[in-house]
This record gives sequence, C-alpha cells and structure tokens, in this order.
Amino acid sequence: MNFFVKKVATTTAILLSSAVISHAAQTDITIGMQLEPPNLDPTGGAAGAIDQVVYANIFEGLTRYQADGSIAPALAKSWDISDDGLSYTFHLHEGVKFHDGSSMDAEDVKFSLDRARAEDSTNAQKALFAGITSVDIIDATTVKITLSSPNGGFITNMAWGDAVIVAPESIENAATNPVGTGPFVFSNWVQGDRIEITRNDNYWGNSIALESATFKFISDPTAAFAAMMAGDLDAFPGYPAPETLPQFAADPRFTVIGGNTEGETILSTNNKDEHFSKLKVRKALAHAINRQEIIDGAMFGYGKPIGTHFAPHHPDYVDLTGNSNYDPELSKKLLTEAGYPNGFETTLKLPPPSYARRGGEIIAAQLRAVGIKAEISNLEWADWLKQVFKGKDYGLTIVSHTEPMDIGIYARPTYYFQYDNPDFQQLMKDLTAESDPSLRSEMLKKAQRIISEDYVNGYLFQLARTSVINSKIKGMWENSPTQATDLTGVSWTD
Amino acid sequence: MLQFALTRFISLSLSLIAASVVIFTVIEIIPGDPASFMLGINAQPDTIAALREQLGLDGSLMSRYINWISGMLVGDFGISYTYKVPVSELVLARVWISLPLAIYALAISTLIAFPVGLIAAAKRGKSIDITIMGTTQLGIAIPNFWFAMILVLIFSINLRWFSAGGFPGWEEGFLLSIKSLTLPAVALALPQASILARIMRSSILDTLDQDYVRTARAKGLSQRQAIWRHALKNALIPVLTIIGMQFSFLMAGAIIIENVFFLPGLGRLIFQGITQRDLIVVESVVMLLVFAVIIVTFIVDLTYAAVDPRLRKR
Amino acid sequence: MTNFPRTLIFGGILFSIFLLGALVSFIWTPADVEILQITARFKLPSTAHWFGTDHFGRDIFSMIMVGARTSIAVAVVAVGIGIALGVPLGLWAAANHGHWLDDLIMRGNDLVFAFPSLIIAILITAVFGPSAFNAIIAIGIFNIPVFARISRGGALSIWTLDYILSARVAGKRAFRISAEHILPNIANLLIVQGTIQFSLGILAEAALSYVGLGVQPPTPSWGRMLADSQTMISIAPHLAFFPGFAIILTVLGLNLMGDGLRDILDPRIRRTQR
Repeated sequence: MNFFVKKVATTTAILLSSAVISHAAQTDITIGMQLEPPNLDPTGGAAGAIDQVVYANIFEGLTRYQADGSIAPALAKSWDISDDGLSYTFHLHEGVKFHDGSSMDAEDVKFSLDRARAEDSTNAQKALFAGITSVDIIDATTVKITLSSPNGGFITNMAWGDAVIVAPESIENAATNPVGTGPFVFSNWVQGDRIEITRNDNYWGNSIALESATFKFISDPTAAFAAMMAGDLDAFPGYPAPETLPQFAADPRFTVIGGNTEGETILSTNNKDEHFSKLKVRKALAHAINRQEIIDGAMFGYGKPIGTHFAPHHPDYVDLTGNSNYDPELSKKLLTEAGYPNGFETTLKLPPPSYARRGGEIIAAQLRAVGIKAEISNLEWADWLKQVFKGKDYGLTIVSHTEPMDIGIYARPTYYFQYDNPDFQQLMKDLTAESDPSLRSEMLKKAQRIISEDYVNGYLFQLARTSVINSKIKGMWENSPTQATDLTGVSWTD
Repeated sequence: MLQFALTRFISLSLSLIAASVVIFTVIEIIPGDPASFMLGINAQPDTIAALREQLGLDGSLMSRYINWISGMLVGDFGISYTYKVPVSELVLARVWISLPLAIYALAISTLIAFPVGLIAAAKRGKSIDITIMGTTQLGIAIPNFWFAMILVLIFSINLRWFSAGGFPGWEEGFLLSIKSLTLPAVALALPQASILARIMRSSILDTLDQDYVRTARAKGLSQRQAIWRHALKNALIPVLTIIGMQFSFLMAGAIIIENVFFLPGLGRLIFQGITQRDLIVVESVVMLLVFAVIIVTFIVDLTYAAVDPRLRKR
Repeated sequence: MTNFPRTLIFGGILFSIFLLGALVSFIWTPADVEILQITARFKLPSTAHWFGTDHFGRDIFSMIMVGARTSIAVAVVAVGIGIALGVPLGLWAAANHGHWLDDLIMRGNDLVFAFPSLIIAILITAVFGPSAFNAIIAIGIFNIPVFARISRGGALSIWTLDYILSARVAGKRAFRISAEHILPNIANLLIVQGTIQFSLGILAEAALSYVGLGVQPPTPSWGRMLADSQTMISIAPHLAFFPGFAIILTVLGLNLMGDGLRDILDPRIRRTQR
C-alpha cells in the first residue's frame, strides 16, 4: 500500500514538473548487472555483486576509490598519521546522518571496525582489519586507530567495500534493508529481478544528478545483448558479451567504453602437482600458450597480455611477456627434457565466467598441440571453491584475481597454487613494512620478476572492463579499480 | 466411493513422505558448501565456520530432516541461505510469474490445438489433415529454447515489438506484464500445442470408432453432428489428462525458457538455488512442485472414479 | 509384407542420414574438431567449409557429425536403461496383478512421474558433475517408469488371454510365462515406444547440454553448440541454425519412424486383418 501511495505521488510530481519544465533531462537510470547480489551487506559476504550495487551509492567508508583508482576522503575529511606509522587519527565530517535519521559519528566507526575484526566476524576481508589493535573514540568526530605494525596500504584498505561504516541500530537487517550514509537510499528489491534505489535528500555531501536508479539482473549474455539493444537498459557496465560489441559501437545510440580492471586473468597451476612441481614443465606450459589467440578468441580482442601477476596500467609494471612467448617447439623440447616426451594428462577445471570457459577451450587446444592432454571440467562456483580453491584437487584452472595489488598472494604457501618460495615471502614482508615510494617500486618490480622466472602460473591477460552505455549518459566509470557502480557522478545530457 | 477415496488418500500421503525422503537425501549429498560459496575466495576458515553455525548446517541428517518436515507442515519452509528471506516469500513472489506463464502458455496451446485437432479429425486422410499432421510433427521436434532464440532474434532484436525479457511486475500494469510473458508463452506453447493437437485428433478418431457413435450415424446423424453431440465430450477426457500433465511440466519445465527471457520464476529459482548451493530453497521448491503434481493427480483420479465407476477397481 | 507407410520411409531416411554421419565420424570428418583456428572463425558456408565455421574456427559440418554421435549415443543408452530396468519391472508388476507388489511398483512409478524431470536431471548432474555418463543416468532414470507402465499395460491385456490362463493352470511359473509368451507379444509396443523415447532422449540431451550439463568440451554436442551460438546469433546466425536443424530433423525422423512403425505393428490393425 505504501508503495502504491508513493507511486501515485511520484507520478503526480513528474506530471506536474514536466508541465512546468518543458524539456527536462532524464533523472532515472536502469543498469544491467550480470550477477544478482545474494544480499546487500558488503561487510558480511564476498560477492562482488553486493559492492556493485551499494558501494558509494548506499554505503560509504572512511575513504573511497575514485574513478581513476586514486583514494579520496569520504566520511573522514582528513587524517593524521603518527611518525611511527602506528596511529591513524581520522577527522570525520559533521552532521552526517544515516538513512534512518540517526547520526553518524565516531561511535559508528568504532562499531563498524570492531565488528569487522571480531572473532566471529563474517567479513570476507578480515585481513584488512587484522593489523588493528584498537579503535578509540576521541570525540564525536574524531577516531584514533592503532595498528600493531606500520602498514603503507592502510588508507587504501579503508576504501574497500568491506570497510564501509554501518550503524548498530540498523545492522540487523542490513542484508535485506541496507541503511548507510550514501547519496542513495535503498528502496525496493524484487528478488531475481531488480533492485531500486532513490535519491537521499538529506545527503551530507554534494548533491547528485540522478533521482533514482534500478539495477536489473541479467546473467545470460544473449539476454543482456537483447535487453541492451531493445532499449530495456540504459547501461551495462561490465557487459558480458564481447562478441557483440562491434554492433553497439556501430550504433550511434550507444557508446562502448573500454577500460581496465584489477583482474589478472591467469592459468593457475598447482605447483604441488606431480607434473607441475617441475620448473621445466611449467616453463613448457608457458611457451605452449598463445596469449593473443586467447584474447582474440575468448575476449574478442579486449584485454592486455601480461607476463606476470601485475596490472599493466600500473606505473610499476614490468613487461615480462618475453619470458613466456609463444614457442610450441621449445615447449615440446622442454617437456622431453623433463621426462615427458609424449606429454601427459592433467585436469583443467573451469569456473563459470566466459573468459574461463572460452579461454579454457582455447588453451586446451594449444596444450594438446604440444602433447599435454588437459581434461576440461566446467564447474559452478560452489564446486570450484570446494575442489580447486580449498581442496587443491586440480592441475590447471583459469580465474581472474580482481583485488587490486594482490601480488602478495604469492607469499602464501597454502594458497591454492601452493607456491612456496621463502625469498619471495621475505620480500613481501619487507614491502609491507616499507613506506618509501621508490624503494617500494623497486621491490614490486623484483617481485614481478621472481614469479615470472619461476613460472608459478600462466599469466594470460588483464581483464578488460567493457561497458555499453546509452550515448546520452555521462559520468560512468571507465575502469574498475574496485567493484562498484558509482552513480554519484552520473547524469543524462540532453 | 468413500473407501476408494480413503485408500487413495493413504497412498497419497505415503507418496508424499517417500518423495520428501528422496528429495532430502539427494540434495543433502550435493557437494559444495553454501557457507564458503557465500563468503568467497578470501574468507578465513573461522569466518566460514561461524557462518555454518549461523545457517544451521551442522547437525545430524535425521534432525535436519525432522526440522524441515515439521517446518513445512506449518508453512515454514525455512530461510534461504543466499537471500536471507523466508523461502515461502520467494516462492510466493515467483509463483505469480510461473503460474500466469503456465496458464498463458496452456491457453495459447489449447486455443490452437483444439480447432486444429478437430479439423484434422473431421477431414481425416484429406490433404489438410496431412498438412496438419506434418506441421505438428515438426512442432514436436523443435526444441523450445531454440525456438525462443529465434523469437527473440526476430521480435525483440529486429522488430523491437517486444522486450527481450524480464518482468516489470504486476503492479506496473496488467497489459505490460502480459506483454512481457507473451514471447515466453509462445515458445513454450509451440511443442505443447503440437502434442495436444495430435492427441485431440486421435482421441476424436478413437471415439468416432466407438459403437455408440456408429449407432448415432445409423440413426441418421451426419458426421459433423455425430462429432459435436457425442464424440467430443468423451474425446475430451484423455485430452484433459494430458493438459493436466502439461500443466505440471509447464510450471517447472519452463526452467530453460525462464533463463532465456530472464524471468524470475520458480524454474529459475531452483536453477539458481542449485548453482548457489542454496539447499533449503531447492528442497522446499522441489517438494512443493511434487506435492502439487501428486495432489492434482489425486483430484483427477477421484473425479474420474466419481464419473466412471469402472475405474474404482484398480 | 504390407506396404511400408510413407512416414516410416521418410522418417527412416531422415534419421539414417544422421546415424550415418555419426558412424562415419568415427573414421573421418572433413576437419578435426579439436583444432581451433581463431583466424578462420565465423566463415559462412562455402566449398571449403560446407556449413561454415564457428567462433573458434572449427568446421561446423564436422561438429554436427560428431555431435550426432553424442546425441545418438546418449539417447540410445538412456533408452536402453529404461528398457533393461523398466520392462522387467512392468512385467513383474503385471504378473502380480492385484497383489500389493503391483501396487507398490505402480506407486513408485507415479512417484517418479511426479518429479519434474528436467530439474532432477539438473540436480543429478550437479551432484555428480556434468558429463555424458551422468546425463545418460539422469535421462535413463525417467525412461524406467515409462517402459514399466507400457509393458505392464501390454502384459495385463495378454494375461487375460485364454492360452495364458491355461498355461498358468498347468503350473507354468509366472517368470517363464512372462519371458516366453508376454515379452515377444509386447515387443512391438516396446519398439514403437522405444523410438519415441529415443527422440525424447535426443531432446533431453540437447536441453542438458544447452545448460552446460551434458558432455564436456572439447567433444562437440548439438545442445552446447546452440548455447555457444546464442550471443552471436545476430552476427553469425548459421552457428545456431545448423545444430538447431540437426536436432529438429533427427527428432522428426525418429517420430515419423515411430508413427510408421505403429501403423505396421499396431495390434489393433493386426487384429482387424486376421
């Protein structure tokens, strides 16, 4: 009933306002999304789809990512870092209110951070908060956070979607009724179909152009294509059917934007597998792969080749693709030297995304050509997590690691590719402690070289982010430095 | 009659219990832990354990089965792991899409099948009968998801007469909602109409062969009068059975069509539930569907037995 | 022998084309379906590639041939399971007509019928992993009650015949009666139903492959070819047409054969001719 009343009210308002303003620009937008979030609490689960809906729109953190990947202040207007790097004092904005009217202050910050780092926390990125020893309230708008050891990435960590500020009064139902401080208020969720958000008229920050937004869930790439073409959607950031992009590019109604993500797409190799524990075999693997064929065949040309686990758009990137250039003859020679003149059999377990499924078929064919018979298993995420990620029961797999600056995963010997190099682990420890930018840069470059020369994984390409957008819309992010569909800067030109 | 009804009711209950045991067992052995799926790649083991406890995933098989059954009896189908809302809410919302879709498809298919089957039967052997038989043969052979793809290509992408899918919601308007269900209903109706038309035809022909119809003809009724006055009613009985069966197929079998047109219906709910390892949803919805079919069969059996006493002795 | 009905001939020819394609594919296909050639993708039908190439540059004609292998094999084995397990079940039930065993088997049958088959098939392949083998099991399970019901029905009408009753009275065991007398007489029913189930099996395999739960890459499968072709349907429709037509024509062929066989083998017709 309430909904009905609201509908009548808004319809009347629109009719009246359109009578007055003869030609107003559109203020609502319909965004297509591939995956539906399972719930709307970004601090309680890992699904990137949650952040896609709520990040910067409904929830905000102390700091936030911007479109170009840099970190900007958000709920904290400024901060001071102590000389020893152990204390961060954040100064919060005043007069900020949650969507339910309660005010946002240092208590909520303490609540949010303590909740995230608690023993029984279900926060998927607990590691972000692990170094925090205490969160102290200095006054209503000042919070002091103490770390156990210096962490050069702490300010960035606080910009992650898992670190947004929530309120104890509304956290109970955050999964289905998220209450944040952002410029949009959660309005309606039709499970399986769409989520609607509307403008927060009591927003503390700059006013936004849009009045409302709807996220529609379309997992099927054909359906996404059809919906976009038919005009059912205004934009589809992270559009899932690259083969159809030329059609959109040729149509003046649409604009295709190609951007970067932080996703290194790799052919993960089980370093403890009987075959792949040998360096020669891994090197043979690397030379059997033709990256461009994968990028063309699976991603229709979108994606930059990488030679190590690092984003090519990053200033510290080292181009090591030469270490793993396409050379099937060399590959066969190496296999023979390693004791496999007739190749061997292994498994290639693939999760659902099309870069994995299609890329997998192409790679399997390339491997067959040098004698490695990879048996393909197409798995759903739940099975993939169980078999590959936790069970480490696989030979090869393909997955895109979308967290920014995650080369540190190579320092974890129990991580699913099971690479155990003490030198590298030491390097990562040194890196965390180091805050001098030029020294950090040297270390990062060295790290890239080590994992490239050790051929830990097959480094394929950096996942591109392609978005198809109605040509009249501006302000949508080109790149994806973090999972988000930031609508705060989006508007319709007329 | 009462005794018959009673025995059938007992066997119905036994069927339901058997079904619930089968469903529960099959689903409980599905590999894949919902908690780690929900928390993703970077979650710590203790976080996963905490969530497992929260979701009630630990606990003996027997106790979980009892909980489930006793919950269902009072209408509590549990809370979905992924959506965190009661399953009954999800089902109710989805039923309002799957049910109208099934009815719509059934309506289209019967509207086409009845006259077509009738004509084919009346003009048996003539060229129009042969054409109809040929066309229906083709209709049965076409996979409905392929047909759906073609429909989308022509009517959504090229002609832009219909949206490519999705469901605006009943509150957005009756006609708009029906419009969004049209292409899916047509895709579903094609093979069903073909089957129904053929059955209609053969059922009428069978009835026409019966003695009482020959008697009617001998009494001077024309072929057409014989069909209309006598054959049709009786011919409809097997046809109605088939319609009943098709209805249950449509409710759940539209799973692929719902995916192609991204309709948030029951079929897709189950499909997503399976891929996301949301066991509660899958168990409860499959149980509901099976329940519906068993009940419908029960009612149909009773109706037949009430109408035709011969059927009471199995 | 009576004239073969047109439906049988036409259907038989249609199906044989695909059967031939499937068999020949074991020794020869125009191109190797396991070799990908991205540079040669999306080619339209030509003399080099009779059906054109797909998004990976593979020859579609060859893929249809090998896909025929998959579809036919899965459907045949699934029907085989249905017959091997369903017929004895049905005969057993008929032999014990009136007994609680008969009731139990029929109840079990009805129970399986009550389950939404596609959903259960998806569930099974999710439990045990997607593969041709599991698809066969999933489809085969739903064939069992069909054949059980058909054979029971056919058997029941034969049990009432005089010569059977006298055999019973003479002391012949139900098992031998079922094997020696009932089975041969319901064979025709089974052949006709088998053809129909075969065509349904092909459709079911296509549906399972379409959602990714059938035979896995790189082995081609018509259903998966359809799924892969969907997003490219407006730039390369031939990717969707050929596998679609392959399914349609094979199923059509089988259904026509079933019709034709029924015309020849239907007991009613035979009775009137006696």
